[in-house]
Amino acid sequence: MTTTAFLTDSTLCIGCKACEVACKEWNNVAEDGLDWSGFSYDNTGAVGHSTWRHVKFVEHSPEPGFGGNAPELSSWGFSSDVCKHCENAGCLEACPTGSIVRTEFGGVYIQPDICNGCGYCVVSCPFGVVERNDDDGRAFKCTFCYDRQKAGLVPACAKACPTESIKFGEFEDLKLRAKESVRELQGRGMRDAALYDAAETSVGGTHAMFILRGDPRSYNLPLKPEVPTIYLKKAWTSSALAAGLLLAGSLLAFLALPEK
Amino acid sequence: MEENDNIAREQRLTELRREAERGGEVKGRGVRPRGAPFPMASPETGYYGLPLLKQPSWTWEVPLYLFAGGAAGAAAVVGAIADYTGADRKLVRDARWIAAAGSVISPALLISDLGRPERFLNMLRVFKPRSPMSVGVWTLLGFSTGASAAAFAGFMRERYGPSLPIRVLENAGQAASLAFGLPFFNYTGVLIGATAIPVWNENAGDLPLHFGASGVSAAVGILELMGHEKNRALQALGMGAAMIECWEGWRIESRRQPGLDPLKHGTTGSLIRAGGILTGPVPFALRALSMATRKERSRRLRRMASLSAVAGSLLTRIAWIQAGHISAQDWRVPLGISEPSRPDIG
Repeated sequence: MTTTAFLTDSTLCIGCKACEVACKEWNNVAEDGLDWSGFSYDNTGAVGHSTWRHVKFVEHSPEPGFGGNAPELSSWGFSSDVCKHCENAGCLEACPTGSIVRTEFGGVYIQPDICNGCGYCVVSCPFGVVERNDDDGRAFKCTFCYDRQKAGLVPACAKACPTESIKFGEFEDLKLRAKESVRELQGRGMRDAALYDAAETSVGGTHAMFILRGDPRSYNLPLKPEVPTIYLKKAWTSSALAAGLLLAGSLLAFLALPEK
Repeated sequence: MEENDNIAREQRLTELRREAERGGEVKGRGVRPRGAPFPMASPETGYYGLPLLKQPSWTWEVPLYLFAGGAAGAAAVVGAIADYTGADRKLVRDARWIAAAGSVISPALLISDLGRPERFLNMLRVFKPRSPMSVGVWTLLGFSTGASAAAFAGFMRERYGPSLPIRVLENAGQAASLAFGLPFFNYTGVLIGATAIPVWNENAGDLPLHFGASGVSAAVGILELMGHEKNRALQALGMGAAMIECWEGWRIESRRQPGLDPLKHGTTGSLIRAGGILTGPVPFALRALSMATRKERSRRLRRMASLSAVAGSLLTRIAWIQAGHISAQDWRVPLGISEPSRPDIG
C-alpha cells in the first residue's frame, strides 16, 4: 500500500495563511487569540493544540533578488509548518492508551475518543508539535486530514494553498519531485535550497517534507531530531542496576546485620 | 467602525513596544519572547528565540507521584526481604503499610493528573513495552494489587488469627509487591529519561539509579521515623543510598553539556543542589556520626538523617520536573546552537 505525504515548498509560499484558516475551518479547531506577538508579523508563534498548520515568517536582511522586494526592504522567507508525521514517531511510541496510531496513509493520528490526556506524547515529540488542550483535557495535533483522505480528498491545507507551496501526493513520488525541485532551484541560483525530511536521523524520515532556503534552524527545525526511544536501552539498564543493587543490598544488610 | 478598530490595534502595538523597551518583557497572552530588542530568526537565534519543544503538560501531582511511588516501591522490597530473612516483625508490618499507602496514593495522583481522568482505564487496553508510561502503568497495577493485598491479609491475620486463604493471600501479595516493586521504585527515571526534553534525556542513563536511590532514602527514612532508628540493616541501606546520591550529584556537577544548564543555574539549579545535598552528603555524614556515638544521641542523629533524606527526596523530584520545564523553553539545545547560557534561563 502506498502512503501519502506533504511537500511544503517555502520558495513558493507567500505567507497568506490560507492553509491555517482552511485547517481550522475543516477541523473545527478553536480560535486561539488575536493578540500581537510584538516581534514579527507572525502572531501565531508555533503549531500547538489549536494550530495544526502554522506559517513561519522569517525576516532576512535586505538582499536584492531574495523575496522579490525592493533592495532597501527586508526580504521574507515563509514556510508553512505542520506535524511531521515521522516514520519513527515519538508520540506514537510513547502513547500508553494506543490512542495514537499509524493510519493506512502513513500518517500519525490521535484517536480523540481514546486519548485520556496523560501528556506523555507532549514530552516525546522532538518537534514540539503535540500539545494538550487544558480546557478539553486531550492532546491534539494535525490529523493529516484522515477523514478527508478516507474519502479520497486532499487535506484541507493543501487544497487551499493558492501557490501549490503545499503539495500532497504519494510519498515516494513526492520525494522524487522534491529532489528534482531542489536541483532545479539550485540550478536557478538558489544554492542554499535544500530538502528537510530528517531521513538521516533516528526519526527515519517524515511524511511532511519541506524545501527550505538556508539553515533549517531559522525555522525552528532541529538539524538532528531524535526519537526518544533511542534512550530506552540506557535508561532500562540503569533501572535494572538500581533494582539489582536494592535487592542485593537488602539481602546483604538483613543477613549480615540481624537484630541483636 | 473599522477605522476605530485599526486605531485600537495601532495603539496596542505602540503599547507593546513601549512595554518591551521599559521592562524588557511584555506580559499578556500570545506575547512570549522576553527581552527587547527581540531576536531575529536566524541560525544563531532560532525562530525569534521561541521554544522548539513544548513544556510538559503535567500538573503538581506528577512530582508527588514520583516521590510516593519511589518510597512505596522501595519500602515493599525492603519489607519483603526483611520478612524472608526473618527480621523484626514490626519492621515488616510497617514497611507493608508504607507500600500499601503508596499503592493507594500513587494511582490517585496519576489519575488526577490526566486531562480526562474518567478515561484512566484506556491505559489498560494495550501493553506497549517500548512506552515507559505503558510499562509503568502495568507495573503500578501489579504493585498496588500486591501491596494492598499483603497489607490487608496481614491485618486480617493479626486480628482474626491465621487461616489458609489469608496466608496464601499474604504471601502472594508480598511476592507480587516485591516483583513489581523492583521496577516500580525507579522506573520513573526511565519515564522522564526517554523523552525529547534535553535535560531529561541527557541523563537517561543516570535518572533511574538516581531516582531509585532517592526512593530508597525516602523509604528507609520513613521507616526510621516510624521507630526503627536502631535497626542496623536500615542504617546500611540508608548509607548505601546516600553514597549513590553523592555519586549522582558528582555526575551532574562534573559534566559540561549545555543541556544540563537547568540543573546548575537559576531556581531549578538551586533546587537540584538542595535536594542532592539533603539526600547525599547530609544523611551520609549524620549516619556516620550516629555510628560513632551512642544511645539517645545516636538515635537523634539518625532521625535527623532520615528527615533530611525524606525532604531531599521530595525536593529532588520537584526539581527534576521543574528543570524539564526550563529545558523545554531553551531552544538552543534541541536546535544544536552552542552559545553562552542565556541569563534569563531559570
